[in-house]
Amino acid sequence: MPSLIDMRRRIRAVKSTQQITKAMKMVAASKLRRAQEKVIATRPFAIQAKRVLASIASRVDASAHPLLERRAGAATGNTLIIVVGSDRGLCGSFNTNIVKAVSVFLRENKGRTMSLGLVGRKSRDLLGRRGFPVRFEYVNLPKAITSADAEAVAASGIEDFLSGKVDSVHIIYNEFKSVMTQKVVMEQLLPMAAIETPAESPSGEQTEYLYEPSAERIFDILLKRLVEAQVLRALVESNAAFYAAQMTAMDSASRNATEMLANLTLVMNKIRQAAITREIIEVVSGAQAL
Amino acid sequence: MAIPKSIRLEFVTPERAIAHEDVDEVELPGEEGFFAVLPGHAPLLAALKTGPVWYRTGGEKRYAFIADGFAEVTGDRVSVLASVAERAEDIDITRAEAAKRRAEDRLAKPTADLDMERARIGMLRAISRLQIARQSRTRG
Repeated sequence: MPSLIDMRRRIRAVKSTQQITKAMKMVAASKLRRAQEKVIATRPFAIQAKRVLASIASRVDASAHPLLERRAGAATGNTLIIVVGSDRGLCGSFNTNIVKAVSVFLRENKGRTMSLGLVGRKSRDLLGRRGFPVRFEYVNLPKAITSADAEAVAASGIEDFLSGKVDSVHIIYNEFKSVMTQKVVMEQLLPMAAIETPAESPSGEQTEYLYEPSAERIFDILLKRLVEAQVLRALVESNAAFYAAQMTAMDSASRNATEMLANLTLVMNKIRQAAITREIIEVVSGAQAL
Repeated sequence: MAIPKSIRLEFVTPERAIAHEDVDEVELPGEEGFFAVLPGHAPLLAALKTGPVWYRTGGEKRYAFIADGFAEVTGDRVSVLASVAERAEDIDITRAEAAKRRAEDRLAKPTADLDMERARIGMLRAISRLQIARQSRTRG
């Protein structure tokens, strides 16, 4: 049986751990609020971008720009997966869920040549040494994600696609559903035409656009922007989901600590009582011996 | 097709929505010059450069700054997707002035590793921001 001093030490250790997890929960909660606002703020752009893309897709042919082109290998050939994880841990199954989803995808698509683009330190640590070629790593994301970060990630993907190194680009990330739930989603970034086109043509008539300055120049800018918007949305969603996951994880850790404290205190009291009883017996039997 | 009375303006940046309302007229800085969009405009895809934007509802004109983006116009809607944009009243004048000075300094004494293009863009943005902010403030 452990000694009384051992028990006290353990209780103290659990208590201070609990204080840390409680503090981390509070911090995550306040950061989550800001991250959530960011998710809401980026939604209008994502919605507009999708609408514009759908409208373009209904008017122009897929051969209009290399980013729209579906190559023969789009569904089977070289594939780049951009994995969005977090930079820090202590967030429950946030990163393992992503890794699991990636592994499932890899297993189901054995025929494809895969390469990875890793965003977030944890995804690098977990997937970087799996033997798949890593095209780029992007760790230490700033706390406030800006479009410049999305641009950097999108640019690497676009470059690999245009140079023909890969035939399709996917992005996988945790979507922020609610504080309690995160959903792992996988989206196809490139080629773009594969994005599901919402049936939207109320007037039925589809007149060709006027372009200013030229169709090529517009597509060059516009399509890149749309990819960036999609990446930004993934990063922002993942960021909010991370804080949500961390908050939930730290909350249950605090609760477990409370439970542990109750058990340890009970055991400690038993030990103390046993010691007292033993002492009394010793005193009594000592008195009797006299 | 009947010409609609007003046109829906959806003005967004990746970071936030700038405007989301029905307006009578929008003027945008296209790469090939400014153009105005009225209700019933023909479908148009235009690239935008750095410069001022204004939109009018009745007699009320509102200004904003835009730094490169594009606009999609359909008969009853203008979608402006900008990488950077601010409403005139949100422009930080002191910051823009500081940025302008910085860019001026950089362009005045070019060093070997100077990115001319970036300094020039920064300069353009700062000047444009200042113009818009001053204009809208003297009028408003």
